[in-house]
Parts: sequence; C-alpha cells; structure tokens
Amino acid sequence: MSGPRTLFDKIWDSHVVDVQEDGTCLLYIDRHLVHEVTSPQAFEGLRQAGRRVRRPDATLAVPDHNVPTTDRARGIPDETSRIQVETLRRNCAEFGITLFDMDDPRQGIVHVIGPEEGFTLPGTTIVCGDSHTSTHGAFGALAFGIGTSEVEHVLATQTLLQKRPRTMRIRVEGELGFGVTAKDVILGIIGRIGTAGGTGHVIEYAGPVIEALSMEGRMTVCNMSIEAGARAGLVAPDEKTFAYLRGRPMAPKGLAWEQAVAYWRTLPSDPGARYDREVAIDASELEPLVTWGTSPQDVVPVTGRVPDPARERDEKRRAAMERALAYMGLEPGTPMEEIRIDTVFIGSCTNARIEDLRLAAEVVRRSGRRVASGVRALVVPGSGLVKRQAEEEGLDRVFREAGFEWREPGCSMCLAMNNDRLAPGERCASTSNRNFEGRQGKGGRTHLVSPAMAAAAALTGRLTDVRKLLA
Amino acid sequence: MQPFRKLTGIAAPLPLVNVDTDQIIPAKWLKTIRRTGLGRGLFESLRFREDGSENPDFVLNREPYRRAVILITGENFGCGSSREHAPWALLDFGIRCVIAPSFADIFHNNCFKNGILPIVLPQETVDALMEEAEQTAEPVFTVDLETQTIHRPSGNAPVRFEVDPFKRHCLLAGLDDIGLTLQRLAKIEAFETRQRLEQPWLWQRAG
Repeated sequence: MSGPRTLFDKIWDSHVVDVQEDGTCLLYIDRHLVHEVTSPQAFEGLRQAGRRVRRPDATLAVPDHNVPTTDRARGIPDETSRIQVETLRRNCAEFGITLFDMDDPRQGIVHVIGPEEGFTLPGTTIVCGDSHTSTHGAFGALAFGIGTSEVEHVLATQTLLQKRPRTMRIRVEGELGFGVTAKDVILGIIGRIGTAGGTGHVIEYAGPVIEALSMEGRMTVCNMSIEAGARAGLVAPDEKTFAYLRGRPMAPKGLAWEQAVAYWRTLPSDPGARYDREVAIDASELEPLVTWGTSPQDVVPVTGRVPDPARERDEKRRAAMERALAYMGLEPGTPMEEIRIDTVFIGSCTNARIEDLRLAAEVVRRSGRRVASGVRALVVPGSGLVKRQAEEEGLDRVFREAGFEWREPGCSMCLAMNNDRLAPGERCASTSNRNFEGRQGKGGRTHLVSPAMAAAAALTGRLTDVRKLLA
Repeated sequence: MQPFRKLTGIAAPLPLVNVDTDQIIPAKWLKTIRRTGLGRGLFESLRFREDGSENPDFVLNREPYRRAVILITGENFGCGSSREHAPWALLDFGIRCVIAPSFADIFHNNCFKNGILPIVLPQETVDALMEEAEQTAEPVFTVDLETQTIHRPSGNAPVRFEVDPFKRHCLLAGLDDIGLTLQRLAKIEAFETRQRLEQPWLWQRAG
C-alpha cells in the first residue's frame, strides 16, 4: 500500500470492504443512479426475495430513456414506455427512493443530473445501469456502468463484487486548435486506441489539454470511455471541479464542504505513480472529427475522405469496413464534406450540457444562417435545468429563429427509445456517442460529431468543417 | 440462477467483429419490465427482413443452427450498452455459451449473472472452432465447465479454456451473488461505520 498511488488506486483502496482469496473485491458503492430501463427487473428481484434497498439516501432515480421530448401535458402516448416509467415511479415510492419525475424541473438525462445536483462527488464510487456512467469520472469519481443483476446487488447490499481493473493513463499534450473541442479529443483517442483499446482498464485522462477543459468538456471525454472499451474514465479533481460543485443542492455544505475539499485535494495521482499502460496524444494534430462507419473508432478529420477498404490488409477488418460502408451508403474516397445529411441531433449525455448548447448556438449566431432546407434539426437539452438556463441566456431563441426544434430533456434520438428516431436510410449528424447499426432507428445512418460540427451540418445540409463557418 | 456444468449442442458461427449490444437486442426491446420473452428480438435486424419474415441468409435461421446453444464469434463481442437484455435475449433463444477472442467487460460480467458462459480463446483457436462449426453437418460441441474443456465434433483434441475461478464456482453451483454478499453483512456494516467517521459528508446528503 506504500509507494506512489494513482487516483484510481486511492479511490479503489478506500472502498474495499473485503477481499476474497482469488482477489475478487467486495467494493462499497457510495452513489447509485437509477433509470426506468434497466431497473424494473432489479426491483422485482428485491420484492421476490423480500429485500429492501440498503441506502435509499444514496440512490437517486430519474426517467430519461423513454420520455417524450415534445409536449408532456398528455403524458407518454406509447403504452410500453408509459408502463416502464410508471413502474419506476411505483418502485421508488415503495422502496423510498428520491425520484425526479417527468414533471420535475430537475428531470433530465441521468448523467447530466448527477453532477448538476452535486450527487456526483470526487473520490466516490458511482454506478448506474447504464454504460455511460463513466461520465461522472470527470469529477475524479470511480464511476462505471453495470447490468441489471448488479443494479439489484447494489440496491440490496450497497456493494459490488469486482476484480481490480488495470490502469491506463492517456496524456493529451499540446493545445487544442481553433474549432477543435472535447468531443474531437475523445473521438481522436478512440480512433487511436480502438473500441477495445481500453478493455479491462480504467483510463485516467491527464495532461495540459485535459486540465484546460471545462467540467462539461471533461464529462464529454469521460462519457465516451466506454466507446474505447474502458468501463471508467477519470480526471483528477482540481479547483475547477470544486468550483463547479460548490453550492450544488446535494453537495456538502459548511464545515462538511471544507472537510470534503481537504480530502479531495489528496486524491490526484502521486508523482511517480505507475500505470499498466500509457498513451500520449498530441492535441495540436487534432482537427474537427467525424465518423464514417458504424463503430466509434471509425473516425476521420472532416477535411478527409471516406476510407477505402481495399487498403486494409487485415481480412476481418476489411470485411467489417465493407459492411459498414454498405450500411452507411458511402463510397470509398468521397470527401466527408460532400456527404449530405437529413437530420441533426444535438443532445445526449455526451453533449447536452449548457456549454455544448452555447457552442452550437454560437456557430448559428456567427454564421447568420438558417437550418438548410429539408433538414430536420433537434436540440434536446440534457436536463430541465440546462433547458431553463439556456432559455435565460436566449439560446432557445437563437435555435428556434434559425429553424431548429427546441425540445424537452431526455435521451431522445441517441438511442431512439421514444419517438425521436431516424427512418431507414436517413442520415444524421449527431452529438451522441454511438454510430452502431440501427442505434438511432432501424436503418438510420449516424455520423458522430461535436456540437459545433452538428450545428454547422444543420446550417449547410452536409458534413461541414465548422471552422469555415466561424472564419 | 440455473447452474452451468456441461453443455452439449449445436454451435453456430457468427464471423463478425465488434458485435454491439444494439445488434444483439435493439433498444425497442428494452421497454419490457420482465427478463423473459426477449428471444424474438435477438439479432433482430440481422435475423428478420423489413416485412418481419426471416432472413434465410442469417445463420440462426438455417438448420442446424436454429437449434444452436453455443455461439462462436469475433473479437469485442457485446460492446456498447450495459443492457442485460443482451444475455437475456441469448438465453431466451437458447444460447448458453459464447466463444470469442475477446468480450466487452460489462457484457462479459452480465453473462455470468445469467448462467451463460463466455469463453475467451486465442483468435486462431476461435477460427478453427468456427470452421468446424461451419463445415460439419451436425456440429455438436460439448462445453465442460468442470474440466474447462471444449469437445469438438471432429474428435480433434479437446480445447482447454481458462475462466475466473470464483465465477466458475458460482456458475457450477448456480449461486445467487446477493445471498453470498449478505453473508458478509457484518463487514459491510463495519465499513459504513468507518466511512461515516472519515467521510461524514457522504452521509449528510441534503436535498
């Protein structure tokens, strides 16, 4: 236990309840976020076994995946979605869990509201039945997604059985160029290490570029750790972290705040701490990126072209590329900027925070353009509070006047569980996190981009280098 | 949980890499509040055509693979979402073992919680088993968790596999994790008492 330790080591070590002979740890979980899709079977399991929720005070629930983003006065028209949300409501009442229901101004995407409420705190362990729980790692919390059986395990015991993962540090050196954002940093990282590059690891993001990012930007980076195969991403807490959390409703207050901050300052990795793997990225080489295929690792600069599978030597990869291009309806060699889009989605737990909306609105404002004709453009704020703040800043007017739709908060078209979805063959520039086949609707074609790039695509009707609109 | 000891049956080859959980079970199937009945949604967009009819080219729509209990596939299987609906759908279809060069972490974990055995083998070994599954008329394999071996229809030497000893133990016995953990309740309580003292702010949630 002596010797220099990483941020990860410190959090892990301070949460081990028990170690089995084979090294499997019983890990204590400080915070548990719950949503309607992955929890019903877990609560049902508790009921069948006559078990209670061990820490209702450490559990927070919100419906987000299924909720409509249009007028909610009529409830949820889709019956199966409605039953799922009603089931969450009933389960929270029965087990004494705080719920931000659909009509609560604090309702929103689970990974947006955790930080927003100060429920997410440095040095804690946080889980949720959702792979993008990695988002909370931006605060120096060990946060990872779990399946429904594990949701039930945490509800019942406030612990999880886990093997200690390996550690990886990704240092992002240099400086971000004009028009290059946190989203491009993480897409660049995934393009470099691949969607299985982080498997079995917890990634700590470090270096001057990460330090310079806002909390929102760090959340975007940590959010897509899972797309790099890692279950969790981490950023060392610093003054920005504390400033973000101070005064949040569920954050500690008064003396407790002082005690907490003193502890949080001890969390950053010690000099000389060892990682199982180290990767360095030079951010000055990054350009605004866009995906061309059906895996988040399929990235190219927006100034580039659709790659040619014929140049890929590995047979399996070549077959996967050919399959992806057929699905995407793209020809090798096509300049990315010539690809026309039908829909733009600005939203999701990756990019629906206030800073993301400000950035997209800024592109709209500075270009002076309107949404290109024939393009459907959705802006879905990450939470009710983000929506309210954006409206106070007049961002909703910027979007509306330019022809964007301004919606209610939720996961929306990121995974198309509500009515926001792509039709077969429809092509979308999306600020979400997954371009898998059928992710945004059966047959839908997704290009992952930053909020600035999504706004640019909406305005021109094709994938566009946002730097040209800002010049 | 149903114990997993020895499994004998047809193995289906699925030579795709990075099969994500959206492909294993699309999001529209996630609206259920039950664990059962998801077999129809398994690989839905690959298995069924627009009009709902079966795609005759997809492996699980062909004999003998319709009866598959084992799936042999490519690297990074189960990447993406944490949805446990993916193993539930496999189970509901009848698949209780998946063999691949690598798995995504959460999916890998979720399998063990549902009596499904995910087996990691080197790429060359997976390729060889895949070929056997493709080219044998009735490719019946036996996966023996007790001896950690896969017996092949060709009669070639059995393949040995590694598995986490604790997870193996739980699968063999069909153990309920929660029951096991609650036997260590005293240790959890001791941890909580200590944390209350050392990090009191975690126990004073406002709001």
